[in-house]
This record gives sequence, C-alpha cells and structure tokens, in this order.
Amino acid sequence: MNRVVITGLGVISAAGHNAADFWDNVKHGRSAIGQITTIPTDTLTVKIGAEIAGFEPKNHFGKRQLGMLDRFSQFGLIAAREAVADSGLSFEGDIGEQTAAIIGSGVGGQTTLDDSYWAIYAEKKSRVHPFTVPRLMINAATSHITMEHGIRGPAYSIASACSSANHAMGQAFLMVRSGMVDAAVTGGAESTITVGTMKGWEALRVMANDTCRPFSKGRTGMVLGEGAAIFTFEQLDKAKKRGANIYAEVVGHGLSADAMDITLPDERGAARAISGALKDAGLNPDEVSYVNAHGTGTAANDTTETRALKEVFGVHAGKLAISSTKSMIGHALGGAGAIELAAVVLGMRDNIAPPTANFIEPDPDCDLDYLPNQAREMQIDAAISNSFAFGGLNAVMALKRFS
Amino acid sequence: MSNVESDIFEIIADKAAVERDKIIGSASLQELEIESLDVVEIIFAIEEKFDIHVPFNANDQEMEFDTVGDVVKAVENLIAENGAAG
Repeated sequence: MNRVVITGLGVISAAGHNAADFWDNVKHGRSAIGQITTIPTDTLTVKIGAEIAGFEPKNHFGKRQLGMLDRFSQFGLIAAREAVADSGLSFEGDIGEQTAAIIGSGVGGQTTLDDSYWAIYAEKKSRVHPFTVPRLMINAATSHITMEHGIRGPAYSIASACSSANHAMGQAFLMVRSGMVDAAVTGGAESTITVGTMKGWEALRVMANDTCRPFSKGRTGMVLGEGAAIFTFEQLDKAKKRGANIYAEVVGHGLSADAMDITLPDERGAARAISGALKDAGLNPDEVSYVNAHGTGTAANDTTETRALKEVFGVHAGKLAISSTKSMIGHALGGAGAIELAAVVLGMRDNIAPPTANFIEPDPDCDLDYLPNQAREMQIDAAISNSFAFGGLNAVMALKRFS
Repeated sequence: MSNVESDIFEIIADKAAVERDKIIGSASLQELEIESLDVVEIIFAIEEKFDIHVPFNANDQEMEFDTVGDVVKAVENLIAENGAAG
C-alpha cells in the first residue's frame, strides 16, 4: 500500500477564480452569496445563489474549444489547469498512462440542457446545436481534462449528487494507494444555476431566501453554488523523488448508504461513513481536530450531522472545530466536496480553521463548536471532510498534515 | 364543508395515502403520519389546483403547518388575497 499525498490544487468558486483568492475570502469568512445575475430571475421565488461572478469564458478558452464546453466543464478545466501547474506534473510518456482522472459531477451539463429545451419548447426551434450531447454528458469535464493534459490512464466520472466529488476523490485515493496508478487528477465540477434547475430546487422547499446559515438558529435552508476544485494525488515515493511540494496526506475514505429516504438524511448512515473514514485512516477519534461539515443550512442536515458527529466522536465532539464552507460558497453539489477539501488542505497548510459565515446565534439542536463567523488559528494535524448526498449516499475524506 | 376544504382533504388523502375519513380540520399532520416530503407534494398539488403560490419553506419552523385546518386556513387566505388583488 502506498501513502498518498496531495501535490497540487486548483479552485474556481464564487469565493474566487483561483485557489489563492478562494482561500483569502474563505479564511476571512466572506460570504460570496448574492443576487443571481447569470439567468433571468423574474419567474423564480428564490433569487439568490453563489455564482462565479465576472467569469469570462473567452479569457480561458479559444473559440473552437469553447464550443464543446458546458459551463461545468469550463470550471473543471480551469481548476485542473491550476492543479496540474501547481503540482509541476507533466503527463508525457509513461506517467500519462499511469495517471487516472476521476471527476465528480452531480448532474453534468445543465446549462446546455436548459438552453436546448428553451430553444425547442419555448422558441419552437426545430434543431439544437450539434454539440449538445457531448457538452451535456456528465463525463464531459473528465474527458476534456484528459484531453488537455494527455492523461491516458483510468478515467471516468462519478455521480452521487452532493457526494459526487468525495466519492470521486475517494476512488482516486484508493487507486493511488493500491498502486493501480502512480497519480490521479481528481475532484468535482458543477454548474446548475439555470432557470429549470432553480425551479426544481424551489419546488423541494429547502432553499433559503436570505442566505446560507449552517448550524445557526434562524437558518432557512440551502443556497445553490457552482464551481470546481481539482487536486493531484500522488504516491508519496514518486512525489518525493521529483521533489514535489506536498500539501497534505490523504489517509482515509469512508462510505455508506442510509438505505432510508430519498431526501431526508439519517444520522446512522452519516456516522458509519465518518467512522469508516477514521478506521481506514487508522485515526483515533481524538486525533481529529477539524471537521469540514456537509453543513447545508437545512433544518434536517445540520441537526442530523451534529448527532452523527456526537455518535462517532463522543465527548471529543465538543472539542472539534467544525465549519461549513457552504456558508460562503453555497452548495456546489457535485463540486462541493472538492471545493471544501481545498479549504481543509489550505487550512492545514496555514494553521487556520475557516469559519462558518452568516451565523446568528446557536441552535439548541446544534450544540457543537461551529466556528461562528471567525476563523481560528490552530494546527490541524488531522481533519475530515463530510458529504452526505440526497439519496442517502455518504462519503467522507480523512486528511493528515504531512510530516 | 367549503369546496376549498373538501378539495384540500382530497389532495391530502391522495398524496399522503391517508384514509379520507381520518382527515378532519383538527387532525395534526404528524398524527396522520404525513412526512415532510408528503407536505411538499401536497402544497404543490394545492398550488396547481387553486393557482396560488404558498410561501412554504420546509426549514422554517414558523411556517410549519401543524394541522390540516392550518393548511386550509392558509390556502383560504391566499385565495382571498388573490381575489382582492385581481
């Protein structure tokens, strides 16, 4: 079994178009949630989101490449470029065949789908753009990342709604650890702020109308976000040999299915995924100091997640520093776990646990330390990052400071 | 029983698979074992039936409907408001 380390990362999210800007905003607790501007909101009752403002695709892609790219693939490619450049990896020669690309996305090319349906059903057009299918397929981001970087090993996409990125990164971790591949480019990408998708979320009655306030009294639900984060995972020996910068070590992955309800979370399923990640990592619960929570800001998730943490960590739960990055970047669904892992990795590097923004006052049903509105300077030796998806599919990543 | 009330009772019986006889104004949704996702679907059916928008958020405790009568009253108010606006 190989030790697995993170040697590169890239982020594009509402909080910033690269990892440095993202981290600067997130560690300072600056929420990027605001009025939706990229789509018409006149028919929507929920008009807020965490959009990537000021994003100009033509600044990143040539016309020919852009024609093939849904917004979610654009985000995936931009984050992958940053991660690969950051890692110093090149995939020419054998290494390209020994590298995997495993990218999570909950729903793929929603912007393409929405535009096409609008053209057919509303504008009564008889045809859609010829690249509609290759743009909207869920594996589009993965495929474009392999093409741009010459990654020729195992590559596919994973879809498990809000857990997609954690499932993808978990799979990449297992592949590198087992020696199946030397390295993996992995993470998640999502872009679902379309009128059609927003209508779907509105109808579920779980969306906040003010902002996202995870674990806080007065929270009124989740806010949709978008974006991507991509990492390079490598075998430790190979990373050392080439003198790579090592951010952190990936040490465990825990998975479970609630087998209960299609939308309501179950604390036992969540707890099994968390304890599974600790067991896989060989971590004692009291070694963990920071938890990047799933923390959606819904009534159901935040109380359930709190109970699950108490179940796994016992008395140590009260000593955990816990925060929800979704308070600042919204819920990026299939990209969420990856963007949130970036907050964990950068927090480990800089000895900062990022806060939960928009926190008003404690909820008696959420009685742990959620780092309300203020980051905490602390050394993070071990951390977990939770994702609990609709459909009861849970995936947790465990990381350790590299030493 | 008003038409609005009987229509709502029918919707609840249909969407939550509750026996029609058990649905009375004072019955609590909890007692009828109507789960949160059922409530969401019931509200959707009511909105479609009466062409109204019910500002319901499953996360907001203050907007929670406790009884069948609460739902009927809220819908009657919304219909009246719509009428007044129209």
